[in-house]
Amino acid sequence: MGMTMAEKILASKSGLSEIRPGQYVTAKIDLLMAGDSTAQIYQVFKEIGIDKVWDPSKVISLTDHDIPAPTAEAAERDVLRRKFVQEFGIKYWYDIGRGGICHQVLPEKGHVLPGSLILGCDSHTTSYGAFNAAATGTQYPEAYWIAAKGELWFRVPETIRFEILGELPPRIMGKDVILKIAGDYGTEVAAYKSAEFVGPAVEKMSLSDRWAIANMGVEIGAKFALFEADEKTLNFLKGRTREPFTPVKSDPDASYEQIYQLDVSDLPPQVACPHHVGNVRPVSEIGEVPVDQAFIGSCTGGRLADLAAAAEILKGKKVHPRVRLIVSPASMEVYKEALSAGILETLVEADAMVCGPTCGPCPGHHLGILAAGERCISASNRNFKGRMGNPAAEVYLASPATVAASAVAGVITDPRNM
Amino acid sequence: MLKSVFKGKVWKFGDNISTDYIMPGFTRGETPEERATFCMNAIRPEFAREVKPGDVIVGGRNFGCGSSRPAGQNFVTLGIGCVIAESFSRLFFRSSVSVGLPLLYCKGVYDAFQEGDILKADFETGEVRNLTSGQVLQADPLPEVAMNILRAGGVVALLKQEYGKR
Repeated sequence: MGMTMAEKILASKSGLSEIRPGQYVTAKIDLLMAGDSTAQIYQVFKEIGIDKVWDPSKVISLTDHDIPAPTAEAAERDVLRRKFVQEFGIKYWYDIGRGGICHQVLPEKGHVLPGSLILGCDSHTTSYGAFNAAATGTQYPEAYWIAAKGELWFRVPETIRFEILGELPPRIMGKDVILKIAGDYGTEVAAYKSAEFVGPAVEKMSLSDRWAIANMGVEIGAKFALFEADEKTLNFLKGRTREPFTPVKSDPDASYEQIYQLDVSDLPPQVACPHHVGNVRPVSEIGEVPVDQAFIGSCTGGRLADLAAAAEILKGKKVHPRVRLIVSPASMEVYKEALSAGILETLVEADAMVCGPTCGPCPGHHLGILAAGERCISASNRNFKGRMGNPAAEVYLASPATVAASAVAGVITDPRNM
Repeated sequence: MLKSVFKGKVWKFGDNISTDYIMPGFTRGETPEERATFCMNAIRPEFAREVKPGDVIVGGRNFGCGSSRPAGQNFVTLGIGCVIAESFSRLFFRSSVSVGLPLLYCKGVYDAFQEGDILKADFETGEVRNLTSGQVLQADPLPEVAMNILRAGGVVALLKQEYGKR
């Protein structure tokens, strides 16, 4: 009996030749994205008396949720992170101005390799599945264990497969695909499962679109959101890593709990309405919805292709006078590329406020928190009540193209009409 | 988890209760006690004020969806005995085990309990009993690896046992 991508990676990291869903295994971890939890790891390791991490080259540290520090408390946490890096000899540390949002930075810096098993101290760690890595979120109590030992227990997940047929039409993005899946199949369709995304549309779509789908895999409950590695993956990795890696593919006779087919050839732009990611409708069906704020950024919608899609729509136009548009490139690499491509200039000329990379606005930390009664159209990933600020605010989720079109129109708008 | 049977008054929540509700993102930096005062603030502002140590949570489907922040810590801080739900998000399930918050998947629990009923859950057998109505449900018992972490009181306690300064 064949194995799926997730089963192959978990088997190989557990030293087993074959594993089955439901089995409990202990697997070696290739990488811990310690991210902001670096601060807590430092404090607890000092408190307990743990004086080293299992491998200082495999615990990646950075700061991203509150950068640059918006409060004195946040600044103190950055101090702890820098102490951890210094005292524990952490090899890779991305401070302010060198990194950005973890899920953008790790692939860019060549840390995410096909066929690897990665745990990250952030739910959107599923992002790395776009690069054929079995990657999933953890958090600091569990991350202490991983940082100390380099291994973790897993329940081998069932696998479900999404066969995406056709080809993405113009101005339709990976974000629209994952919102469509969340809307049609629900936000629990992949709960505690590995989700595979395959098919002609996946082969043709950009790495950036796959990245957005894998990123929001966790919003449909997925433990892993896996794509196969192809030429696009390998081209991206070229020059970013010299480490060897072995991509995995599911066997033809692998066993799936469920296979879903979705043709995206005529997919219209999708919008998740308040206050749930699964509350999805095509943009044409939501009526006239005025917005106060538009946000393009986060680990979901702050890549170069996202900013480029927005710039294409905003070129020569102005953001609606009633709306403020906030743009945050997901990393310094994206920032620099968007700068040299003239994208940032186009956005700024359209009256966007371009910030540095940060998670800030998406989880309501800083740089664009919403007031009571305000409405935001956002290229980010969650719209739970209170997520971006006041519980009496509303967040609509959409692709960066739809956010840009809505910023110009002042109401939620189909980007294909612009 | 020093005991395996929990008995307490039920606070009932529905489907898709996000970690953004249980532990809002903007409360990141404060002490555990300060953070816990914001627990469920967006959907039930009185909860953190009125909940009593030993009370229990009954939830619907996909309880704890969203961010990976270990939101179960707020329940531990408030003294919640255990959480029994139709289903959990993977991240919430694992992070709750890691912080030492006992929880069980239990089909039918949402309909079997009204707010204020008295719930009794036995983590060794998986039996969940409504002492108010008399109804008895069978939950999926936790895997041994999770029970071991809970028995120790969470991951930090386990690490202290192994690495603690002597």
